[in-house]
Amino acid sequence: MTDTASPETRELDALVIRFAGDSGDGMQLTGERFSSASALLGNDLATLPDFPAEIRAPAGTVLGVSAFQIQVADHDIMTPGDAPNVLVAMNPAALKSELHRLEIGGTIIANEDAFEDRNLAKAGYDENPLTDGSLANYTLFTVPMTSITKRACEDLGVKPRDAERSKNFFALGLVSWLYNRPVEPTMDWIDKKFGSRELVAAANVAAFKAGHAFGETAELFDSRYAVRAAPHAPGTYTNIDGNTALSWGLVAAGRQAKLPLFLGSYPITPASDILHELSARKNFGVRTLQAEDEIAAVCSAIGASFGGHIGLTTTSGPGVALKSEAIGLALSLELPLVIIDIQRGGPSTGLPTKTEASDLMLAMYGRHGDAPLPIVAAYRPSQCFDAAIEAVRIALKYRTPVILLSDGYLANGSEPWKLPDVDSLPDISTTFATETNATDDDGNPVFEPYLRDDDTLARPWAIPGTAELMHRIGGLEKQSGSGNISYDPANHEEMTRIRQAKVDRIAEDLDPIEVDTAGPADVLVLSWGSTWGACKGALRRLRAEGRSADHVHLVHLNPFPNDLGEILRRYETVLVPEMNTGQLVDLVRAKYLVDAKSITKVRGVPFTAGEIKNVIMEALDD
Amino acid sequence: MTDTTIDVPETTKADWSSDQEVRWCPGCGDYSILTAVQMMMPDLGVRREDTVFISGIGCAARFPYYMNTYGMHGIHGRAPAIATGLALARPDLDVWVVGGDGDMLSIGGNHLIHALRRNVNLKILLFNNQIYGLTKGQYSPTSEIGKITKSSPIGSIDEPFNPISVALGAEATFVARTHDMDRKHMMETFRRAWEHKGAAFVEVYQNCNVFNDGAFGAITKKDKRASMLIDLTHGEPITFDDGAKGVTMGADGRLRIVETADVNASDLLVHDETREDPSLAFALSRIASGPFMPTPVGVFRSVDRPEYATEVSRQLAYAQETSGPGDLHALLHSRPTWEVT
Repeated sequence: MTDTASPETRELDALVIRFAGDSGDGMQLTGERFSSASALLGNDLATLPDFPAEIRAPAGTVLGVSAFQIQVADHDIMTPGDAPNVLVAMNPAALKSELHRLEIGGTIIANEDAFEDRNLAKAGYDENPLTDGSLANYTLFTVPMTSITKRACEDLGVKPRDAERSKNFFALGLVSWLYNRPVEPTMDWIDKKFGSRELVAAANVAAFKAGHAFGETAELFDSRYAVRAAPHAPGTYTNIDGNTALSWGLVAAGRQAKLPLFLGSYPITPASDILHELSARKNFGVRTLQAEDEIAAVCSAIGASFGGHIGLTTTSGPGVALKSEAIGLALSLELPLVIIDIQRGGPSTGLPTKTEASDLMLAMYGRHGDAPLPIVAAYRPSQCFDAAIEAVRIALKYRTPVILLSDGYLANGSEPWKLPDVDSLPDISTTFATETNATDDDGNPVFEPYLRDDDTLARPWAIPGTAELMHRIGGLEKQSGSGNISYDPANHEEMTRIRQAKVDRIAEDLDPIEVDTAGPADVLVLSWGSTWGACKGALRRLRAEGRSADHVHLVHLNPFPNDLGEILRRYETVLVPEMNTGQLVDLVRAKYLVDAKSITKVRGVPFTAGEIKNVIMEALDD
Repeated sequence: MTDTTIDVPETTKADWSSDQEVRWCPGCGDYSILTAVQMMMPDLGVRREDTVFISGIGCAARFPYYMNTYGMHGIHGRAPAIATGLALARPDLDVWVVGGDGDMLSIGGNHLIHALRRNVNLKILLFNNQIYGLTKGQYSPTSEIGKITKSSPIGSIDEPFNPISVALGAEATFVARTHDMDRKHMMETFRRAWEHKGAAFVEVYQNCNVFNDGAFGAITKKDKRASMLIDLTHGEPITFDDGAKGVTMGADGRLRIVETADVNASDLLVHDETREDPSLAFALSRIASGPFMPTPVGVFRSVDRPEYATEVSRQLAYAQETSGPGDLHALLHSRPTWEVT
């Protein structure tokens, strides 16, 4: 679709674009299509979907604005970008709500048609910002997207109202032209998605092409832009979001453990997509139960684990709270179980569609009694795959529930992922007990369900159907070894300490911590979860300016790696950035008695690299 | 499931009894239910290792510890949910659920009704003693209005559940009632439940001699049974009191207890447990609104509906048939990909 009449194309090393419109305008879809086309172009990219909790907030209001931010780059990046360079505003409310994010001098592409009196009033504008000169600090393009889209669809027999709904594809077409994104992937996608609904497909194609042609012919733009492919390592890549990567990681874990998966789950934002994805994987032998509530979800998974499956439950913070008694039971039963918490803003219903990483203390302590659990935290969308395998590995090897933490930002954000060779995945298989393991007072062979492996302290996993190993387990305290009910004070203390020791043992399995360093440094940044990207981005910028700070990122939050304390004590200053009011920092200070400093953000949006860089600079200049 | 496989070793009651000392209050009705179950199991021709008892919390929930099978003592009210996961993962097992009225109708009410509507292959025994035993004597969801307990000193004002009505309302495919004073009846009812493919719900009137002694005495004492228990028999007219009394349906659709001498034999309701429409079974469950009036026992309903785990397995097989067995490499490459060389 390019010809010699096109304006000159200029190279950019990175581009941050934010699509914003009403929650019915299809902005998430537009952003995803732009991401997909960019991924196929070989760019590195990171995305940040940002939408309201209501299915449809009042149309045209600031509350109803749905946005999607994406950074594409010719080098590896870790975040969706600090400030957008380009804002696509489909209506006045979108402009009003998102303009503050745009860099000064950035580009606004506005749907002129939507800036009429009623919409302006709904968004709270007294004057039309497109014409009153208030946007003088930006490069403004006003495009009558709605009316051109309607005209483009006129001959198709599409009703004007339906035609209007395709205006997001007009915007996508225009932006695809402006930034030299390939056209074919979007055409293919429309064909696949709307194949049977021909009119819808035709309207979207017409709108997309109209947008593309508008860029070409309107002589509005004096240049086009291109972002070259990033120098990725050789291999096959796909663009993946965190929840899909996590789901696939679970499927992979089942394969590597040679055990079937059982997921008991209750729908909750932003975890539901894992239930959806695994429900579509029945050909892998995955059983999914959409339970009647969160408690049933985890309980059914416990039942499946008792039967020899890998029991899984996926949820978000409020769901973990409801599951806590059952998780305690699983801990007492010492059965494998993986509890996946896709964190969101809290407390209570909080900010369901906004990200936060504030369930660390819930994961660590959210049960009655002394009830330690291993915690694994994912840190980037593609790594959710490995994190899922690691959580299952620990659960099986140590016969314990494991909490896997992700968050809304990782769950919905996407990035290119070099697909692993399935033959290189770790073997995490385990064995069921098949024979008696002790003798009774009369010398007869018996099975003791709470006799432990010397190395892992795990108890044997004997599943129903195994002759001679019949036993009863339950939440009442068990006699060490025999598993009979015991109220013996000394036994309870022993069992409590063994359960803690078992979790502590996991640290023996962990690789030494990798310190990301570029030379001698006094400042260490210690992070966990999705803050990883902003920390990496910050360090890169800092080092480009000749300053130096080190970075440690934790995947295992309980137990901590054995060498963490020694590493923390090497630094004058330890900075702990978190999307909560300081949970890891409290754990670290309590355990290692280091004077770590907390950097917090609880706004429902991730840290930017710039924010982290600024606090490191302050620490360095102190 | 009625076929006895020849290679299953013969067992006795003792084989089904674990080495754990049974600890219920002396005289508790649970003892007789345990005995009935342990005596029935050898007749089923099943293996102990393929049998699992799952319970929640409460006196009744100690049941699994006393069975020499696999077992799990779970958390309050959640046994049906735990058992559902086990039954879906392992359709080869016989899974029994045991709990009390507080356990399964109060804190676990939600899980009970969903296990029933899904028709999971579970044998659910609800020991109903109309009181909280383990927490020492508070009123339960089946306690009668006016019940004076420590937590209802002026009398309970909560409308009680009728467990049979609840089960029928939850689309249960097998619903029955028995009582702890009649071992033979219990064994027969439990066996019928076991034979049923799907969720089988059995309410067992059980005496708590410490906190609610004699709650069912008016109907279950030997000398009262003939006149106060209406034995439901499939295909037979519904009569009791040695045939002196029976049940008819009035023109208004309500069931009535009548003197058989006062009506034509053809007016007596004939019990049909296989009726797809549960409304008549529901009406039967409403004849007595408490254990003080003639009360039906036996099988209220036994109908066929696809069993949940079978359907789950069928979907798995269908998915493998249509998409081929899971191939992780293919899954990872199922989205648009690009090559970097």
